[in-house]
Amino acid sequence: MAVTVSIPTILRNLTGGQKSVEASGSTLAEVIDDLESRHAGLKAKLVKDGSLHRFVNVYVNDEDVRFQGGLEAKVSEGADVTILPAVAGGMR
Amino acid sequence: MLVIRRDLVDAMVAHARRDHPDEACGVIAGPAGSDRPERFVPMTNAERSPTFYRFDSLEQLRVWREMDRADEVPVVIYHSHTATEAYPSRTDISYASEPDAHYVLVSTRDPHEHELRSYRIVDGVVTEEPVEVVESYMFSHTGADDVPDCR
Repeated sequence: MAVTVSIPTILRNLTGGQKSVEASGSTLAEVIDDLESRHAGLKAKLVKDGSLHRFVNVYVNDEDVRFQGGLEAKVSEGADVTILPAVAGGMR
Repeated sequence: MLVIRRDLVDAMVAHARRDHPDEACGVIAGPAGSDRPERFVPMTNAERSPTFYRFDSLEQLRVWREMDRADEVPVVIYHSHTATEAYPSRTDISYASEPDAHYVLVSTRDPHEHELRSYRIVDGVVTEEPVEVVESYMFSHTGADDVPDCR
């Protein structure tokens, strides 16, 4: 199933500068594997130890996937997947 | 160097004071390529914590979309430290993902005197930079100001 993935500035070096790319898959994990097959290196930026990296936010149709099952989140045909770097930190 | 209007500095400090002892955070957007902070956007600290901050993810999506539409970028990304100095922590460095942003830290550990410092954080390397506070960008070396300062 074809979905559109928005790539943040910091990762565009892995997509040849493209702001958005096509991918397929029915879960976020499948979409990321498909992305990796065409834009090697992306997966390592998004996934760590089998779950979504804490440094990124991923949204499917503007919903934060952390609340939709993470990598198991369902992705429907034509969905918009948006990746943003998490903005976080603190003295801890 | 970060060149920034005084009203924007005051707004960051006021936000940090208001949320103390929790960490406050936000961005100041500016036109892409200008390196000129203009639009103050205080953000919700989803952690509501004195030792950690994280932009609320849905609010961030909305603000990032607004910036995209307006051809803006986060020129400044700021947050406060409420019990330590205004220097990036290891956590700050590990999360820093905008090599073109000025990372501004405000320390509110002293109830009367705040400390405000600015850094570049690129590939885990922190470089402090001078901060020049100006009344208006009109006469600063960032060039002509096509948008009147709002007061």
